[in-house]
Amino acid sequence: MLHQTSLTAVAIFAAFVLGVLGLSFYLGRKGQTASGYYAAHGQIHWFVNGIAFAGDYLSAASFLGICGMIAFSGYDGFLYSIGFLAGWVVALFVIAEPIKALGTFTFADALDRRFNSRGIKLAVAISTLVVSVFYLIPQMVGAGALITPLLGLPHAAGVILVGVAVTLIVVTAGMVSTTWVQFIKGSLLVFFCGVLTVLILQRGLVESADEPAPQVKTVRPDGTVLVDGLPQSATHDLRPVGTIRRLPARFAGAAATGPLRPLAYLAAVEDSTIVTWTAKKHIDESGTHTTFTPVERSGAELLKPGGKFKGLTSGRLADRLDFASLMLALFCGTASLPHILIRYYTVKDAAAARKSTVVGIAAIGVFYVLTLFLGLGAMTSGALDPAEENMAAPLLAKSFSTTLFAVISAIAFTTVLGTVSGLIMAGSGAVAHDLVENVCGVRMTDHEKVRVGKIAALGLGVVAMALGIVFRGFNVSFLVGWAFNIAASANLPALVMLLFWPRTTRQGIVAAVTAGMVGSLAWILLSADTFEKVYGYTREAAAASALVPFSQPGLVTIPLGFLVLIIVSLLTRPAAPRG
Amino acid sequence: MTEPPPERTAAAASRLGLFLFWVYVALYGGFMALVLVRPDLLSWRPFGGVNLAIASGIGLILAAFVLAVVYMFVRADR
Repeated sequence: MLHQTSLTAVAIFAAFVLGVLGLSFYLGRKGQTASGYYAAHGQIHWFVNGIAFAGDYLSAASFLGICGMIAFSGYDGFLYSIGFLAGWVVALFVIAEPIKALGTFTFADALDRRFNSRGIKLAVAISTLVVSVFYLIPQMVGAGALITPLLGLPHAAGVILVGVAVTLIVVTAGMVSTTWVQFIKGSLLVFFCGVLTVLILQRGLVESADEPAPQVKTVRPDGTVLVDGLPQSATHDLRPVGTIRRLPARFAGAAATGPLRPLAYLAAVEDSTIVTWTAKKHIDESGTHTTFTPVERSGAELLKPGGKFKGLTSGRLADRLDFASLMLALFCGTASLPHILIRYYTVKDAAAARKSTVVGIAAIGVFYVLTLFLGLGAMTSGALDPAEENMAAPLLAKSFSTTLFAVISAIAFTTVLGTVSGLIMAGSGAVAHDLVENVCGVRMTDHEKVRVGKIAALGLGVVAMALGIVFRGFNVSFLVGWAFNIAASANLPALVMLLFWPRTTRQGIVAAVTAGMVGSLAWILLSADTFEKVYGYTREAAAASALVPFSQPGLVTIPLGFLVLIIVSLLTRPAAPRG
Repeated sequence: MTEPPPERTAAAASRLGLFLFWVYVALYGGFMALVLVRPDLLSWRPFGGVNLAIASGIGLILAAFVLAVVYMFVRADR
């Protein structure tokens, strides 16, 4: 759909970005030490850090991706919310306090504390960079998806705008500015999602009298777009979708339910008949044709598992294993994400690490419950763009008012800023502190450490922009699933065994990190999902060409990491205690 | 106040933390098993018209928060 640029939206968005950048320059005006740049001197208050956890973690995947997935596929999007939140249990009960006590600036510091090994630092730095890059892709894709309706600029412009803003945030004041940007973003995101949910409940459900008809979007080889055979324009465009066909019988004769309480809203959606849309792509010499077809479905069908993860209803074992693998990766991945782990170094002690995690769980938990209402609200708002799943939340806001659309889009943009700045900080530490200083042995002054970190941040910003342009059109939650799989496979086995198995050796850690990272990457690259969505195969050809039985690697590669660590540790000599 | 050695921090955190962790693993694992093996049961609507799929999903999110608060209070003096 073409979206008209709103001056209000532009003004609010500009105020957000300029405010965030102004704060960064203010915080960065003082001279910086390595401790300040990489860990905010360990002086961030636990409550601020807890909300910053939410700002760091609630990425474009959570806000745009999950809302879009619930709006288009129903309950299965909420399974991501459950899995993403569950991962924080691992972080709090297993990882939080030890990681604070073990590390200084980076995840490699923690794993290497007992051994002082270049091999560990190298393996963990590479794994940090790989995970950060895989996590960066969906954030940048989300930025590109937002910029077109908000400012009327092309996808690439959004990606570049975010890339430049984030790079400025990180290079001005490092972890201090990153923390405050994430704190502001986390607070605004949860607050405005709450506002949006109240509005959804106030509006209730509204029956639509429109007769839905199929729509065809054609992208011709020269790039021009047709809608139902005529050039796309402001007056001839895809019609917005997502409507209630029939309200529950208890509202018979009424066109709307009126305001509903949360449980009554969920029950009313379940008892309604909803018009959802399927998209089928067909390619020929005249271009790529996507046919959007309306399908009436009962709310009860939409609010049970199986809408997105077809394997849950197909009966194929491989499909079920694929789902189980994803949910395992979400559970194990959170506590293995480098940009989350480095946030533990910004508080003063283990108790603050614990308390900030609890605050993070509270904020993130509230947000994930709200995603259910936002997704269902979008599904029934009559405002969805059938061709753009990631725009569900902002378009839901637009169904209430243009100003709210502007605010929500600006917050979504800030969401991307907060998460990407955390990822670039983690990558910057991996390059400057782990690779340059500890692996290559380059001795640096405090000032030089900061400078190298900033140069690394600049380089990562450029990489992030390029990837955001290349991966346009992917569902951002789907892409984040990859990052969680790699993080959980590469990092979690080494971290858990280091903490709880005294027989763990240096060689065991290097082998586990390497096996988990390479194994999960290889699995992803050889999977049907990648054949279809990256290499451009049709679904049938991708299924036939894939070299692994299911697409999500975690179920195999997380145990592989543990197994490799145990075998290699048993085959090698434990290090003598240091000190 | 100086930090205790990491190994001691891990050990102290591990006793209660690991217990609560396994409690949550049982809840999460039970839910996933239901989704994988008997998804039809999740259509049951025992909670004011809200089905078991949604109720248990929200319940899992609330359970994480409750266990986290328990952990924070029990370890508040450490």
